[in-house]
Amino acid sequence: MLWVRLPVGIIFVCPAHLVGVDDYLPQVDKRTPSAHKIQDYGIIGDCRSAALVSKTGSIDWLCWPRFDSPSIFAALLDPERGGHWSIAPAEPFEVKRSYIRDSNVLQTHFYCNSGKASLTDLMPAASEAFRRTILIPDHEVIREMRCVSGEVEIEVDFRPRAWYGRDAVRIRDSGKLGLRMEVGRGAYWLRSSLPLSFERDRAFGKFRLKAGERLEFVFTYTEGAPSVLPALGKHLSEWIERSVQWWQQWVDKSSYDGPYRESVMRSALALKLLAYSPSGAIMAAATTSLPEIIGSSLNWDYRYCWLRDASLTIRALLGLGYTAEAESFLTWLLIATRLTQPELRVMYDVFGENVPHERELSFLSGYCDSRPVRIGNGARSQLQLDTYGEVIDAAAQFARAGGGFDRTMQKVLVGFGKYVADNWNRPDEGIWEPRSGQKDHTHSRLMCWTALDRLLELHSKKCIKSLPQALFERERQRIRDEIEQRAWNEDMRSYVSVLDGKDVDSTLLRIPWYGFERANSSRMQSTYKAVRRELGAGDHLLYRYKRNPPEGAFGICGFWGSEFLSIGGGTLDEAHRAFEQLVSYQNDLGLFAEEIDPRTGSALGNFPQAFTHVGLISAALSLKERARGEAHPAEKRNQMATNTDRKALGKMSA
Amino acid sequence: MNWSSWLLWGFLATLVLTTISEVTQGLGLTRMNMPYLLGTMITPDRDRAKLYGFFIHVFWGWGFSLVYVLIFEALHETGWWRGVIIGLVQAVFLLVAVVNLLPGLHPRMASEQHGPESANLLEPPGFLALNYGARTPFAIFLSHAVFGAILGIFYHLK
Repeated sequence: MLWVRLPVGIIFVCPAHLVGVDDYLPQVDKRTPSAHKIQDYGIIGDCRSAALVSKTGSIDWLCWPRFDSPSIFAALLDPERGGHWSIAPAEPFEVKRSYIRDSNVLQTHFYCNSGKASLTDLMPAASEAFRRTILIPDHEVIREMRCVSGEVEIEVDFRPRAWYGRDAVRIRDSGKLGLRMEVGRGAYWLRSSLPLSFERDRAFGKFRLKAGERLEFVFTYTEGAPSVLPALGKHLSEWIERSVQWWQQWVDKSSYDGPYRESVMRSALALKLLAYSPSGAIMAAATTSLPEIIGSSLNWDYRYCWLRDASLTIRALLGLGYTAEAESFLTWLLIATRLTQPELRVMYDVFGENVPHERELSFLSGYCDSRPVRIGNGARSQLQLDTYGEVIDAAAQFARAGGGFDRTMQKVLVGFGKYVADNWNRPDEGIWEPRSGQKDHTHSRLMCWTALDRLLELHSKKCIKSLPQALFERERQRIRDEIEQRAWNEDMRSYVSVLDGKDVDSTLLRIPWYGFERANSSRMQSTYKAVRRELGAGDHLLYRYKRNPPEGAFGICGFWGSEFLSIGGGTLDEAHRAFEQLVSYQNDLGLFAEEIDPRTGSALGNFPQAFTHVGLISAALSLKERARGEAHPAEKRNQMATNTDRKALGKMSA
Repeated sequence: MNWSSWLLWGFLATLVLTTISEVTQGLGLTRMNMPYLLGTMITPDRDRAKLYGFFIHVFWGWGFSLVYVLIFEALHETGWWRGVIIGLVQAVFLLVAVVNLLPGLHPRMASEQHGPESANLLEPPGFLALNYGARTPFAIFLSHAVFGAILGIFYHLK
């Protein structure tokens, strides 16, 4: 038996003996009436905003004009109140879905007794040259339902709700032009190829499609200017085709020729979707308040840019050959943080502004009753010293790939280094942002060591002309001594997460990645065993730290484990096995959330999560490098690009 | 007719009107964007349309200030409230007459008769330009009243 939530929000039991269903259809499990599973969603976007589309053809999350703007659909966080837009067969169906090859254009195939229908969802993309030739809406979602075979009755239910579901939206009829909705300073338009019925705050309709017939919808949003009303029909088909081509051309720019290409490029496409193109910032995730434990209060807003993701993100982008994106992201990192330099905040919004104060939306029930729903982020004021190492390591990777820095950028980097030299021995909240106070985290020390080490590397290679070398060398050595003495627990034969502590966490597997110690050293080998023993969740999944009750296994930590094996901690076969087991937890579209429930394999936490996807890419790159006998990033510290290579990338300037 | 006074204050009044228009859009009072509407008559390129439209709007406003000046000359009187009245009359004319003619004038604007299969087009302004926001008439009245007031205060009859 198969349970699906049909557009009207009712649970139907579908017969399993449906016609035309392939054997490898993804299993849709019995679900709670209130929500789809997190992994049942796919993402579409335009590098400025994103929407989540459920397996049953419902857009349950959409924020315009930016990722962190208030939503117009938020059924993800409250199926009754949040608002949604579903387009699906009115009869029971089974589902198979996929992205069109190498694109972010989502196709959901519905298999019914009476026929088959396919729904195509996208936010269109096109080159700037093309965009200059026609009027284009500021923001646009295109949905096209096509009957492929037989005859299928399609039901449409459009329920916009402004400001995270708090406010009803008045729908006004504008005749042939479509339905218009004024919300605050902007206007939404819904156009369709067949007229919809509508009430005050809802539009709906049922349409019987025969093979070859289709239904088209365009939903747009505009602020600050008259709206552009997009054409339907032939123009829309061309627009979809052009968008597919744009994404495929973007994928073709990648130089990646390593293993697991499909998973790696899907991760790259997800990462690209989470990039805010006007500034170069990359969001941690597209959502807020998807829970780390179902029913708990571990619900956070991830629609901001975390500096801790910097190093791995640059590694992923450069490793795949996306130098323009890497340069754009690093430029954003160094320029957006200008207001707070030399201090760095934990996170910034897309334009480098402070993230809003955390607020709870008490009127939303939360995903599967996981309350509260939060917007803004309270970790904004935390001290996380690891961010300095992440940013400086990102800059060092950029330099190794041939990039350079102008005098202002050099000053900025040295300013970070001076701050680290003065503050590395302070306790901080650390990478995992617990709200239980500050401690002397080993990982933060490691990243402070990395910060000074990379600056000295950049100086030795003339990428930074001037810095206080003696100070940086002395403090780097002091950090090393402290880590080797106080972060090592002789009784446990392991490094530990907090100085003089007794617990491990998964960040300890990063020690060799940053070049502090080799992965095959006896200390790291026994640390790896301790981490696996204490934090292993089966199938090479890893918890990030010990917690009671346990949350899900942390997606990126598993990939750190695989990468540890790749860079010398184990054999190449072991690394491949670990990687393959981890990749088996991606959803049917190749997407990961922040965490994985080790008991059920379900996704947990915000979705899709950039951190997990950059972890996947970095692990795949390490597998490729190991197989080819190439050095991993930390070993490349002494293999800086020559001056000739440096011409390949521009000099970064403020 | 004081040509130099018209040239100076007509130009400055137009700049103030343009600034007020931008501020009202920025504050979310209206989506009425005259430079964008004028510019898209020439090009679909959004950025260039705004640029071209800005210059067209400035020259248009500058030229239209001549009508205000001619009225002052005909009355042999100036004064801020006379300017405000002329500005409000112009705003009414704009909102009632010009705006309704726009779909016929503008090569890239839809009308209520356009179906969904035509090319991408701008939404029509509708009666009193209310399609561009319920507070659009207020924004138009405000900007034109200030435009008229500046001319009424600073234009000197010869």
